Amino acid sequence: MPEGKIVVEHLYKVFGPDPQQAIRLLEQGLDKDRILAETGNVIGVCDVSFSVQEGEIFVLMGLSGSGKSTLIRLINRLVEPTAGAVYIDGQDISTLPEAKLIELRRRDMSMVFQSFALMPGRTVLDNAAFGLEVAGMPRPEREAKAMAVLEQVGLAGFADKFPHELSGGMQQRVGLARALAVDPSLIIMDEAFSALDPLKRREMQDVLLELQRQHRRTILFVSHDIEEALRIGTRIGIMEGGRLIQVGTPQELIDNPVNDYVRNFFDAVDTSRYLTAAQLTGDDVPMFVHNGQAPRAATVCRLLEEQNKAFGIVVDEDNQLRGLISREQAAQLVEEDQTARLRTETLQEVEPVPADAPLEQVIERLVECPGPVPVVDEAGHYCGAISKTAVLSQLKGGQA
Amino acid sequence: MNDKTLDLGSWINDAVQGLLDNHGGAFDRAGQLVAGFSEGIEQLLMLPPAWLLIALFVALGLWRIGVRFALFTAAAFVLILLTGFWEQTLVTLGLTLSATLISLVLGVPLGIWAARSDRVAATIRPALDFMQTMPAFVYLIPAAMLFGLGRVPGILATVIFAMPPAVRLTNLGIRQVNRELVEAGQAFGCNRRQLLFKVQLPNALPSIMAGVNQTIMMALSMVIIASMVGAGGLGNDVLASIQRLDIGLGFESGMAVVLLAIILDRITESFGTPRAQRGALRIWFDRLFRTRSPSLAKTQEPS
Repeated sequence: MPEGKIVVEHLYKVFGPDPQQAIRLLEQGLDKDRILAETGNVIGVCDVSFSVQEGEIFVLMGLSGSGKSTLIRLINRLVEPTAGAVYIDGQDISTLPEAKLIELRRRDMSMVFQSFALMPGRTVLDNAAFGLEVAGMPRPEREAKAMAVLEQVGLAGFADKFPHELSGGMQQRVGLARALAVDPSLIIMDEAFSALDPLKRREMQDVLLELQRQHRRTILFVSHDIEEALRIGTRIGIMEGGRLIQVGTPQELIDNPVNDYVRNFFDAVDTSRYLTAAQLTGDDVPMFVHNGQAPRAATVCRLLEEQNKAFGIVVDEDNQLRGLISREQAAQLVEEDQTARLRTETLQEVEPVPADAPLEQVIERLVECPGPVPVVDEAGHYCGAISKTAVLSQLKGGQA
Repeated sequence: MNDKTLDLGSWINDAVQGLLDNHGGAFDRAGQLVAGFSEGIEQLLMLPPAWLLIALFVALGLWRIGVRFALFTAAAFVLILLTGFWEQTLVTLGLTLSATLISLVLGVPLGIWAARSDRVAATIRPALDFMQTMPAFVYLIPAAMLFGLGRVPGILATVIFAMPPAVRLTNLGIRQVNRELVEAGQAFGCNRRQLLFKVQLPNALPSIMAGVNQTIMMALSMVIIASMVGAGGLGNDVLASIQRLDIGLGFESGMAVVLLAIILDRITESFGTPRAQRGALRIWFDRLFRTRSPSLAKTQEPS
């Protein structure tokens, strides 16, 4: 079994008169439209397997009707699975007896809803304390705890108000406070910010990210907004017609969409914002290796001329960056001494950028430097250089 | 009548007679229970002097609705008092309240059960249709046969007639609670009882209160008719006015029924409206009697 906070294996949900029959037909290879037409069974979630790691924000994306809301409800078993297994911390949820399931929901998982789902007759404080109340915590304790989370989401002054007296964004802060109050390790968020206007949505995303910085929890987030998914998601899972068709980091999905459905999500997005230095490196900057001995200036000069390049990068045998050399410099060295070698002191010093630096930072550096900017990984190993041309052509490609 | 091929009526007669012959004692005991309950309520209403009872209703009207309604309540009761129908009105009110309470005690749990099970809902539905549409007088006959004349058959016939809206609207109210609210209840670990009392019933309250309101209104109309089996109250005067063709008496007693109906209707209706829609006075009352906030401040001090 794969490791993870949540592990989902071959999960199915079929709505209709004979779910088991529908699964048999699915296994025989019939598609869901035919199964619906022939048996009246609707396939909600179809053979989904994935895992969510401790502390990550996993975003499930998909168009409406793709089964993402059903899928998350299978994970806290608001909806009973037809087949398959859901493990949370290694425990199979799908076979848990009701009492144990209730215990788990009270202790370790909570949920935030698209329409906020606050109890209209309860004050903000009583709403935030709802989970604690259900778990049987005495009033003074639960109110103190609820008050503390209301402070965290910036609503301490509204404890005595009723939900309808608050704006949508504030109501969802109450929804978030209610979910945080039970101090769960897993929060399921169903289109939690979709009902908010774009400004409020961004604001709530910031609130969520800030809360994650303070205390890392595992968050399973459903969204149909790709910008939101890219902004908050550690990894994104894309659903289509009840199946999970691709899972990956935002970058992996942008780079290698499995089909047009996935690609279409990114069409409206300026994906260049999500490019990192490592992806911008091109092959237009020659590299010269310090191979026991520094490379000869004459060789470098000749190669640069042949390739018509203005700059080259010199690294040592451990792939550590030595410096930058321009063609004029090399030529000058050769003029002075035919056998000159490119020692470190003769090279231009250049500050590399880390491999995960965002495009913005790379551009800033390129503006400052005359030549290309080298990129190094965490261990300081050279992994390529970025020229102005490479960035411009990437941007042109990304926008097209 | 002789050309009947299917004599359903005589079967029913036999059935009721059979019940009476075999279980007469049980009906007597049930009858005593209902009689005791209803007499208790009536005595409770008669206990305070008229002005105090009127003051209580006026205060209730002021709290729940507003000044104008409170004034109306006062005027209505004074009118009833002056026309000399006070005592009969109290008897009618007592009968209505006891029939309503019995209806709710039976009807609301039945409605909850129906909301939880489609099969139960489907089963009781035709029974409720029957209870509501069968001409109300018809219940009086078996009720009088089984329980004798007086308040008991009147109340029980009223219960049968007035209970369906309580069942229906409880069922409907619970079923119509927003799905996400129910899911929120479940997601935070409510068991079935908590889900019912913390989520479903509070959110179904407007609908349930509409049912209560309907039940009271139907009960009031039925206890008037029940005077035919000697239930007493304003119905007696209405009945007498018909028998004597006394238009004046009919108007006076009918007026008392109408005024009582309006007061009961508005007050029970106000319990079904969400807090937000209530008047400023209601909010003012809430503030005055709100005691929770200071305790909160206490809990936040480090211990």
